[in-house]
Amino acid sequence: MSTPAPHDISSPLPPLPGHTSRGRLERVLRAGEFAVTAELNPPDSADPNEVFDRGAVFDGWVDGINATDGSGANCHMSSVGICALLTRVGYSPIMQISCRDHNRIAIQGNVLGAAAMGVNNILCLTGDGVQAGDQPGAKPVFDLDCMSLLRTIRLMRDEGRFLSGRKITSPPQVFLGAAINPFAPPYDFRPLRLAKKFEAGAQFVQSQYCFDAPMLERYMDQVRDLGLDEQCYILIGVGPLASARAAKWIRSNVPGIHIPDSIIDRLEGAADQKLEGKKICIEMLQQVREMTGVSGAHVMAYRQEELVAEIVHESGILKGRRPWTRESNPDFEAVTEAFETAKDQFEHPIDPEEAVAAAFEEH
Amino acid sequence: MPKPAYQPASRSPVPRSRAFYSVRLWSVRHSRGLERIYKLLAGVFLKLHPFWKFVGYKRAEKPVVLIEKTVKSFLFDCRMCGQCVLSDTGMSCPMNCPKSLRNGPCGGVRANGNCEVEPDMPCVWVQAWKGSRNMRAGDNILHVQPPVDHSYRGSSAWLRATAQSAEEKDAQKAEAV
Repeated sequence: MSTPAPHDISSPLPPLPGHTSRGRLERVLRAGEFAVTAELNPPDSADPNEVFDRGAVFDGWVDGINATDGSGANCHMSSVGICALLTRVGYSPIMQISCRDHNRIAIQGNVLGAAAMGVNNILCLTGDGVQAGDQPGAKPVFDLDCMSLLRTIRLMRDEGRFLSGRKITSPPQVFLGAAINPFAPPYDFRPLRLAKKFEAGAQFVQSQYCFDAPMLERYMDQVRDLGLDEQCYILIGVGPLASARAAKWIRSNVPGIHIPDSIIDRLEGAADQKLEGKKICIEMLQQVREMTGVSGAHVMAYRQEELVAEIVHESGILKGRRPWTRESNPDFEAVTEAFETAKDQFEHPIDPEEAVAAAFEEH
Repeated sequence: MPKPAYQPASRSPVPRSRAFYSVRLWSVRHSRGLERIYKLLAGVFLKLHPFWKFVGYKRAEKPVVLIEKTVKSFLFDCRMCGQCVLSDTGMSCPMNCPKSLRNGPCGGVRANGNCEVEPDMPCVWVQAWKGSRNMRAGDNILHVQPPVDHSYRGSSAWLRATAQSAEEKDAQKAEAV
């Protein structure tokens, strides 16, 4: 196999020993850098440019972009579709798979399809119940759960077999992730659940929104006691709250998000609530950065995606590291240049005799 | 931006009667005793292996299912998935989880320990964790469970477990010889 040219964004990175994928996220994490990932708000549209525009706001600030799979049980463009578009232009998507909408046959097929398109990271989720979304009358599938999903994909990758035992000729080389929520009961079982996820195949985990650092610290204490932080990369979820009203609404309506009263009080007391929300997020990010055992952050700024770059920059968590930036394809540039030159020429019609004379003089 | 607060659908994908919650919770509280009873019962079933073999596991299926269903439906609100993991899940049936999670609670558990999908129901897995703490083999809750085989639905988990352990026993005997 020939080595890919540096600008060839459609070719995967060369494989590294000990790595399970050829993705940038795995490289960054294995290199011991503090990784940053963000979540792309999926469009309700069939226009690919909407995906590109929404991805472009993260350019140069994140190591991976999560493509959500019907998050909150709401219907949007599929995660496979988003990943297909993102990999086309060189982004490193983290494809989310939720067990709510697909059975094991569909999921295994999607994994192969995604890996074929250059998806290197897959996040295995159980998914929200259908009652949470815009179509509560849908049939909840939940054929697998996140744990058996992890196992299944690991089986496909490491042993090159489907769940049925049938051979896969070219196994999907993916970096496997899962979700954790340290902020929901039963609290003492949560670290053990992470251990289970690691056992099932999780190589990295992304957490639910963290607004309570002491609670996270308690969770991380137990995780460190179990030695899990050395076996699994832990990315903590953070995000800006738009206002005190939004925070209260989230707290009472979105299951699994824990927002302490102190945060709401702080938002209510602020003159500019949106700015205060961003400040809280930056502070949280800086605390998480210093926590032992935390390998990265997952910045979820739902409907405020443009804030992600600012938050990452102002918090200084990258410490000068610059994640991959999309560069326009040099081939495209050459074509554009040639086109522009040609356009100029149109306005000045060339006299053939003069042109020949000029060419003659040049040589 | 905030949508009007959503109301969870009153209908659950898992049809159930609220009266069963109290029995289910009682079972979790008495997980230790139930574990002991199950072990005894499993022993008896295994002893009866020659009898099952004589009658034929397939022919025994129907009457055993009838009894198993009645007992387990009453005690655990059993869904007859046919591959019982109750002794690994603190005597709280994971098939009662609206997401049929078999490997632990989802991230949506409410602060009061109730279910995300059905706010009135105590989370099956919060209960399972409590129940498992009373059990002798409570740490079995840490095993990763394989996906449910839906083709076993409605069949007897007791007979399957018996057949399996009988097979294992035979294999052990064969090895010893």
